[in-house]
Amino acid sequence: MIQAETANRKRNRQALADRFRTFIDPEYVISDDETLKPYECDGLSVYCEMPMLVVLPETVEQVQKVLQICHAEGIPVVARGAGTGLCAGAMPHPEGVVLSLAKFNRILEIDPLARAARVQPGVRNLAISEAANAHGLYYGPDPSSQIACTIGGNVAENSGGVHCLKYGLTVHNLLGVELLTVEGERLSIGSEGLDSCGADLLALLTGSEGLLGIVTEIRVKLLPKPEVAQVVMAGFDSVQTAGDAVGSIIAEGIIPGGLEMMDSHAIVAAEAYAKAGYPVEAQALLLCEVDGTEEEVHEHIEAVEALFRRLGASSVRTSHSEEERARLWKGRKSAFPAVGRISPDYYCMDGTIPRSQLAHVLTEMERMSQAYGLRVANVFHAGDGNLHPLILFDANVPGELERTEEFGARILELCVEVGGCITGEHGVGVEKIRQMPKQFNDQELAQFHRIKAVFDPEATLNPGKGVPTLRQCQEYRSLDLNIEPNAGAAAQHSGRCNHE
Amino acid sequence: MSDISSQLQEQILTAATEKRPLQIVGGGSKTFIGRQVEPGQEILSLDSHSGIVSYHPVELVLTARAGTQLIELEAALAEHNQMLSFEPPKFGGTSTLGGTLACNLSGPGRPWWGSVRDQVLGIKMINGLGEHLRFGGQVMKNVAGYDVSRLQAGALGTLGVITEISLKVLPKPSDSRTLVFECDADEALSMMNRRAAEPKPLSAACWLDGKLYLRLSGAHSAVAATAGYWDGEPLEYADDFWQQLRDHQLPFFTTAGEQPLWRFSVNPTARMPKLDGHWLIDWGGAQRWYLGRAEQGQVDKAEMERLAATAGGQVSLFRGGDRTAEVMHSQPEAMQRLQQRLKQAFDPDGLFNRGRLYSWM
Repeated sequence: MIQAETANRKRNRQALADRFRTFIDPEYVISDDETLKPYECDGLSVYCEMPMLVVLPETVEQVQKVLQICHAEGIPVVARGAGTGLCAGAMPHPEGVVLSLAKFNRILEIDPLARAARVQPGVRNLAISEAANAHGLYYGPDPSSQIACTIGGNVAENSGGVHCLKYGLTVHNLLGVELLTVEGERLSIGSEGLDSCGADLLALLTGSEGLLGIVTEIRVKLLPKPEVAQVVMAGFDSVQTAGDAVGSIIAEGIIPGGLEMMDSHAIVAAEAYAKAGYPVEAQALLLCEVDGTEEEVHEHIEAVEALFRRLGASSVRTSHSEEERARLWKGRKSAFPAVGRISPDYYCMDGTIPRSQLAHVLTEMERMSQAYGLRVANVFHAGDGNLHPLILFDANVPGELERTEEFGARILELCVEVGGCITGEHGVGVEKIRQMPKQFNDQELAQFHRIKAVFDPEATLNPGKGVPTLRQCQEYRSLDLNIEPNAGAAAQHSGRCNHE
Repeated sequence: MSDISSQLQEQILTAATEKRPLQIVGGGSKTFIGRQVEPGQEILSLDSHSGIVSYHPVELVLTARAGTQLIELEAALAEHNQMLSFEPPKFGGTSTLGGTLACNLSGPGRPWWGSVRDQVLGIKMINGLGEHLRFGGQVMKNVAGYDVSRLQAGALGTLGVITEISLKVLPKPSDSRTLVFECDADEALSMMNRRAAEPKPLSAACWLDGKLYLRLSGAHSAVAATAGYWDGEPLEYADDFWQQLRDHQLPFFTTAGEQPLWRFSVNPTARMPKLDGHWLIDWGGAQRWYLGRAEQGQVDKAEMERLAATAGGQVSLFRGGDRTAEVMHSQPEAMQRLQQRLKQAFDPDGLFNRGRLYSWM
């Protein structure tokens, strides 16, 4: 029976591949298991699935045809950029086609006077800033994967970065997109101006995780590069004081370009890895970067230093050169690999909380950490309340991954309880779909489904991601009622991988 | 200062049962915006659904009911030296937060400090099924679910009744000054865009009657130094000028009489359309107001749309003119279908603000 199914599947795959090869370079229609393998997951490799096919079209017309064929045949389509996402949003569908936009890697136009760029979705985030650099401009949002991640993926996830408080998320830095609907119809959303008539569809599409359409071109805003940036690093004896210091900077009327916090576990790991000169005895570390004109930065840096000292910082250090600034940031920027070095595996979470709840959330997390027997290190975009707890685990220890996922789920639920949300910038994808009913009720989820149906009534665009079906929600609830602590509920997700 | 959301829900449910359309009204200051709707529609008033629900200055987050007047919000923020950074226009003083979001209205600082849509973090709304729903949140970053909150910007209430809004607010800049330069519109556009590409604390750029106005806002030292580099004539009573610009109280607007006022939202660098009449350029070139000369009679809307499209954007008939016809930029057929289906997804019986945005919505 299973053999017959497999044979059938192979035949379907071959027939579809042949059809695609009539209009796409045959080399860019991937149908053999070995070449398909790298596409089985995105940056969150605990979730994986082999796709039926991967296509890498090179023109909008080819994408259009792929969509038309898949629409007619009811074949799922999963769009993919660089595959750096952290929520399994680009995990393939076993019966579906992965539509890679990797060949759409051209910067079509940089308009320095209008401070805008027209780019294809497969252009890397950092490549935009590099191209704009000659004009003294750059693209604002800088997710930590910016060397590799693509702007198309950024639009799909509404990506952030360390400069969101001042410069916003992806949604604040877009002017328009060219969209193909699931039927392959072309739509222009947004314009070269700052707004358009009617409901804001550009905002709706941003962060829609590939569920509403396929973006084939993007117009982004560019910003003038600040004259100067300086960073103040301060160590504190308690998380509470560091949190208060963040509030005091804001109360002072200063909006820092970046404002990052690390807890003691993260400080120790980062210092061991990057030798940035972090105070390893501190309970919390703040990095406050101020950027702007020379005069403004000078004025604000003095204010921030004074404020940190007044609040009893155990150490304060300010960068006085670009090298020193880079060194101070190096610890923070390498926090993930640093944590990766002290533990066989780590799992990165992405909740957002009101900043006033930070001390409470960290205390609770420490309590859970002991209950689950798993260490957790925290890095925090303190300015905008976006928390990235890194749970340390060993996937080779049976049951530890499941425990990690459950711990992670509890952290996200805690974020919702204190008035925050389950994801600040990584997206829902497959990973957090189980927590969606914690943040949204059935009526709200039903409204999401009605929006989805407007764009994609047969639900073939990235199925199974972003928004749980109401039936799934019922299942989650009954599981929650019957669950034994540490039973590893998350293991019941589909698409869970066995990396053995 | 009360929460009347359950009354609003009841009124909507009754209207849904009887399939009666509802006209959403807040402070009633923007009745001139959008199309004229069929007379005799029942009013759904949010006027008394008001009050600040929470305000945490150090979190930079404020949550208020939709019927809260902007004046009240600005007073509460001023106590903590903060502001609504999108500088919302107040047409007549009774303008509310809900109406501002529904109409997506932002003032002169918009290109630098963001629009009302940019600053929205989350909303509560009642859809056409009478369901009171919450989207987004009260934190700076929230990417769970579709962004229904920002979708409301510009929808003119056609997707539902916004009942509560959470916003990001910002500290007031510690200093501000305005420089004036004499030049024509083309020179002004060029200068606005060149200045905006410099990393200086520019916060507004407007041209009117042969004068370019550049506002600098930020740390005192930065404002003073930039004013020194840029030269220009300092403007006295500058705050009054920008306030009058945002509230449409400058003579350009108040003396327009019956002349239709067109709003172009275009590429900030686009050349001025060859069109006789009176122009005001705001948003560093991205928003342009046009008053057609009365003696020329009715300006052809299709022609205006062609000019806007050439300039990379759209046009709408903001005030005056024939408001029984379409007043917003026309939409291609595929977009029209999509927007109609979206309307149905929120408001299946077409209760809210029927025909206000487009005749086909």
